[in-house]
Amino acid sequence: MIRIEYINWLVGALLTVVALLDVRARRPAHAAFWGILAACFLGGDAVETAMQHGNHLPAQLVGVGVIALALLAGSGKLIRRPELEADGTSRRASAKRLGNWLFAPALIIPLGTLALAMLQPWLHWGDVFLIAKHRATLIALGVACVGAAVAALALTRASVSAAALETSRLLDALSWAALLPMLLATLGGVFAATGVGEAIAHLTAAAIPVDSRTACLFAYAVGMVAFTVIMGNAFAAFPVMTAGIGLPLLIGMHHANPAALGALGMLSGYCGTLLTPMAANFNIVPVALLELPGPNDVIRAQWPTAAILFVANFGLMVLFVFR
Amino acid sequence: MNYWPLLGVAVVVVGFVLRMNPALVVVVAGIVSGLLAGLSIPDLLTLLGHSFVSERVLLLFVLTLPAIGLLERAGLREHAHAFITRLRGMTFARLLIAYLGLRQILSMFGLTSIAGHAQTVRPLLAPMAEAAAEKIDPGLDDQQHERVRAMAAATDNVGLFFGEDVFIALGAVLLIHGFYAQHGIELDPRHIAIWALPTAIAAFVIHAVRIVWLQRRLTKRRGNPHAHVDGRDQRPAP
Repeated sequence: MIRIEYINWLVGALLTVVALLDVRARRPAHAAFWGILAACFLGGDAVETAMQHGNHLPAQLVGVGVIALALLAGSGKLIRRPELEADGTSRRASAKRLGNWLFAPALIIPLGTLALAMLQPWLHWGDVFLIAKHRATLIALGVACVGAAVAALALTRASVSAAALETSRLLDALSWAALLPMLLATLGGVFAATGVGEAIAHLTAAAIPVDSRTACLFAYAVGMVAFTVIMGNAFAAFPVMTAGIGLPLLIGMHHANPAALGALGMLSGYCGTLLTPMAANFNIVPVALLELPGPNDVIRAQWPTAAILFVANFGLMVLFVFR
Repeated sequence: MNYWPLLGVAVVVVGFVLRMNPALVVVVAGIVSGLLAGLSIPDLLTLLGHSFVSERVLLLFVLTLPAIGLLERAGLREHAHAFITRLRGMTFARLLIAYLGLRQILSMFGLTSIAGHAQTVRPLLAPMAEAAAEKIDPGLDDQQHERVRAMAAATDNVGLFFGEDVFIALGAVLLIHGFYAQHGIELDPRHIAIWALPTAIAAFVIHAVRIVWLQRRLTKRRGNPHAHVDGRDQRPAP
């Protein structure tokens, strides 16, 4: 049975290969960066098991590793100049030769994930499932990526070491941006554990005229956006704002419909996700992937959609929440 | 109530405004917030390390890189570009709106990880969108190319966010359901999901209109004699 742990180990193995290539190319900062990260992936399950048994030492070592990763990122030594694009002609020739076949391995990733995720309940021999039920879609994505890599090797007749070099090139180009989603989610965990959310909800509730239900609703919606912008994640904002304003004021005092309030409140938060560099995997990683010049270019392209949608969504809240 | 940990938020804001390295800013903010909440250094390290390890799935997209890297070396982006250039009737707006709709519908069925910036936007959607934009105006400058690529990424985000929330068995709806259940309010997840549908439709309409506007702007720019035109006779986009 393929479990999510194996997929995490695979990421660890891939990162190890990239780190070793950076050692060979004498890029010590890169090698250390990917090496530490690889260790976190290879040892991640052991850390979680140790935590469950009350042993905090492995987690503390990871904590030291996280600080080391941040210092490496902040040192400015993770810059790697893109190799000169001299092989443009060979790429165009190869594109002409392979034609639409080039799409096949690329489409194995989405279509393979889709097929494996949907067939998961039927892919079993007796009691042994091919893919574990826990996080089945993510496992399916991992398996589909391996399938796509094998298909790409077969199609392009490239060597495995070429695949490793390409991965290293792409990862070094992403550099710390690849890690930012994990670091921000970590910060979310720290903020939650240190009571930052409660403090914000407390301040907001103290600042609004609680007798007006529209004012409360507006504070809730704007609070969802603001807190999502700070945390980079509407899921982190929802429990805080709903416990701080939603439950006591809107549902308790003004008899709001909880289902409509929850769904539309979460969507206000999603408008905030479109606006914030803190939502790195959506707004910063693509800047690096698409080689855009400004760090906020993706946000610049989507903020008008977010702003208009927030207004529309708030209109729907006024209509539906107090019915 | 202890308000001091809020200074962690201030660190994030100041760090981003001063354009310091975001990875460093984020970790410093976590440390500041933890220390001001009265955590000891070992407890703070445990919290940092444990939170970090439990978010490992966020780096899963790395597994797409070997396949995508090999295909790019073999000319995938060039071919995606050529494919759209040859495809008659495939305009910039039609391409992005079709992707937006498809992404929303797939996300509504919980299939959120089948597309994404690494999986589909960089290798396929972005070069295709650039090719479709070049059909309008072959003399697009770098800045217009960047706008088009950024819009492709934005379209993926909007499609993902405002489809996912309608799906019952994962993510937002379950979080809302679980939160209310903890506070003694029992709801049917389907009743939560249904309220997200009008906003999902609004998101599609608003973003589709913005895509059409961008197409119009690119078309108008072509008519501008001051803009760079390379003199080739180009059929207007249908």
